[in-house]
Amino acid sequence: MSDTEMADIETVPVKRPTRWHIAVFLAPAFLVYTAVMILPLIETLRLSLFNMVEGQLAFVGFRNFQTLFGDPRLSADFWNALRNNVIFFIIHMLVQNPVGIAIAAMLSLPGLRFAAFYRSAIFVPTLLSFVIVGFIWKLILSPIWGIAPSLMDLVGLKWAFAPWLGKAETALIAVSLISVWQYVGIPMMLIYAALLNIPDEVLEAAECDGITGWSQFWKIKLPLILPSIGIVSVLTFVGNFNAFDLIYTVQGALAGPNGSTDILGTLLYRTFFGFQNQMGDRSMGATIAAVMFLIILAGVALYLFVIQRRMRRYQF
Amino acid sequence: MTRILKSILFATTVLAPAGFVATGASAQTATLTIESWRNDDLPIWQQKIIPAFEAKNPGIKVTFAPMAPTEYNSAVNAKLEAGTAGDLITCRPFDLSLAMFQKGQLASLNDLPGISNFSDVGKSAWSTDDGKTTFCVPMASVIHGFIYNKKAFADVGVQIPKTEDEFFAVLDKFKKDGKYIPLAMGTKDQWEAATMGYYNIGPNYWKGEDGRKALIAGKEKLTDAAWVEPYKTLAKWKPYLGDGFEAQTYPDSQNLFTLGRAAIYPAGSWEIAPFKAQADFEMGAFPPPVKKAGDTCYISDHNDIGIGLNAKGKNLEAAKKFLSWVASPEFADLYANAAPGFFSLNSTPVKMTDTLAQEFVSWRQNCKPTIRPSAAIVGRGQPNLDLEMWRVSANVINGTQTPEQAAAETQKGLDSWYKPAK
Repeated sequence: MSDTEMADIETVPVKRPTRWHIAVFLAPAFLVYTAVMILPLIETLRLSLFNMVEGQLAFVGFRNFQTLFGDPRLSADFWNALRNNVIFFIIHMLVQNPVGIAIAAMLSLPGLRFAAFYRSAIFVPTLLSFVIVGFIWKLILSPIWGIAPSLMDLVGLKWAFAPWLGKAETALIAVSLISVWQYVGIPMMLIYAALLNIPDEVLEAAECDGITGWSQFWKIKLPLILPSIGIVSVLTFVGNFNAFDLIYTVQGALAGPNGSTDILGTLLYRTFFGFQNQMGDRSMGATIAAVMFLIILAGVALYLFVIQRRMRRYQF
Repeated sequence: MTRILKSILFATTVLAPAGFVATGASAQTATLTIESWRNDDLPIWQQKIIPAFEAKNPGIKVTFAPMAPTEYNSAVNAKLEAGTAGDLITCRPFDLSLAMFQKGQLASLNDLPGISNFSDVGKSAWSTDDGKTTFCVPMASVIHGFIYNKKAFADVGVQIPKTEDEFFAVLDKFKKDGKYIPLAMGTKDQWEAATMGYYNIGPNYWKGEDGRKALIAGKEKLTDAAWVEPYKTLAKWKPYLGDGFEAQTYPDSQNLFTLGRAAIYPAGSWEIAPFKAQADFEMGAFPPPVKKAGDTCYISDHNDIGIGLNAKGKNLEAAKKFLSWVASPEFADLYANAAPGFFSLNSTPVKMTDTLAQEFVSWRQNCKPTIRPSAAIVGRGQPNLDLEMWRVSANVINGTQTPEQAAAETQKGLDSWYKPAK
């Protein structure tokens, strides 16, 4: 008897007032994102299918992409930029992220003195403007005014100093390491947070089983922070393939010497806006931007659909 | 990518209206507005040039409206297309202004009184390819050469080098002495290597205008000896540059010289005013040394700035009056003395009070002037020859490319789009 009454009450749909506040609260972010991110992105993709034909902007299909990959000079520039960009990314993955994880692991050790100080000190460069970082490092490494030559002289390493930013063989590595120095705080923070999230019970249980020190890190902690490492890798990937600012401040828009630090961002800048006597070419710039977008999209999709699905998550 | 997209949005929404505000004043009948990228010259125009003109032409008021150099071309093009640009347009040399003329935005100035005060070379930066129509009044050029530290020359006991052998002998002496860096130049910014290097010493090899015109006509190639040899000379500069010159930037070079640590600075005349303000030693200048004593000397006397008439301006008559005044010796005198290092292109010689500027301009009497080879006609395609020359000049000095490779690369780039008229 009472059961059926209950059921009756539940089947009658409750008339709730329309929840306007959701739309109201979403609107500012939605509008701003649409105006400054989504619309320009669509417009860029659209522009990449157009070009000037006899003084008029006309639809040319995929001909811009054909030019980008078919023209010997443009394609050489593009592949050079892409190769440099991949090296830039690999250096970040090999240096920035392992170092970030190592620092985070050390910071999370119980009983470390001045942990808060180290944490802030290592994170501060991330907060600095890329302009400041670029100029500081340009000055440090300057063979004329820099402190790097004299500091190396103090420890007898003067012979190892070279004008790294000015040599084609070393410039890209030097710039990548500057970028690593600046952004190492981000993987450190994310991994540090993940490490703090590991419950003490798990670690205590491991200790009871005799797993301590290094093997505890490899067997217990690392598997538990793998999802965070995945996120850090994706952030690094997106950041590196969108990178432009640091190279622009340290090496200029020409990304010298001899194009050795030219990455997709600087190539896009020079193509789209022009440089010195070279006229800007908006359609070709949009084409490069579209290719960059596709590269990043492909990378992120690979992570989301292939890697993240196989990742095991642990609930505590 | 998004950052760049954002800046485009910013440029179209915020900067464009700013242009309308600036030109709103030109609506009155006798007010002329000058569009310019010379921010730095605002006081010169407001305090010296415009009052001098207005005193003579009571019916006309002139406003100088400069904007940031990097935004100038895109902004002024947008304003010309929208019909909101000022009556007078400051002209960049060569192809940028030529494009404006071809679109009918700049008027022909062939019948302007005073335009005959300029030589063909003076007008070349603002004339059609056939040289028949001129569309901007030339205002100033910059001259290349070498500025040297007189104290350093006295210390080491060397004289101004006249020939190339003497030049390298002087450099050797400085190198042996060890107190001064012989040559203050770096390759990091690339343009120094071409602008202060290749374009500076090159005209002596390719015989100035002869070589430049032969290149345009297709009679000479960048792989010819006359165009490769300057690279070979540049490659010889390497041991005389400072330690780590590969990472030395343009401001680094300027500071090395004005702090008295370097002896010779491969220069453009635009350095005169800032150097005078910073260096506390006497400076002199000498033109690029010739190969053998007695050879004709050639100098790069590059047209840099002109001023043209907006074809759709509202005060054409008043604007023409102003332009013919700009073409007069009186203006030449005013401008050249207010901005030393920017030399008048007027055929009437100008008396300059600045001694260093006088030294530069005195070379015009004995040496044949020419402009930068990559600037006109061969500089309007992709890849841009000027930027290519920057890159290979830096490579040659760094030793990562031989002079022959450098020349072959620039010629290959030129061949990919340029077909000389036959």
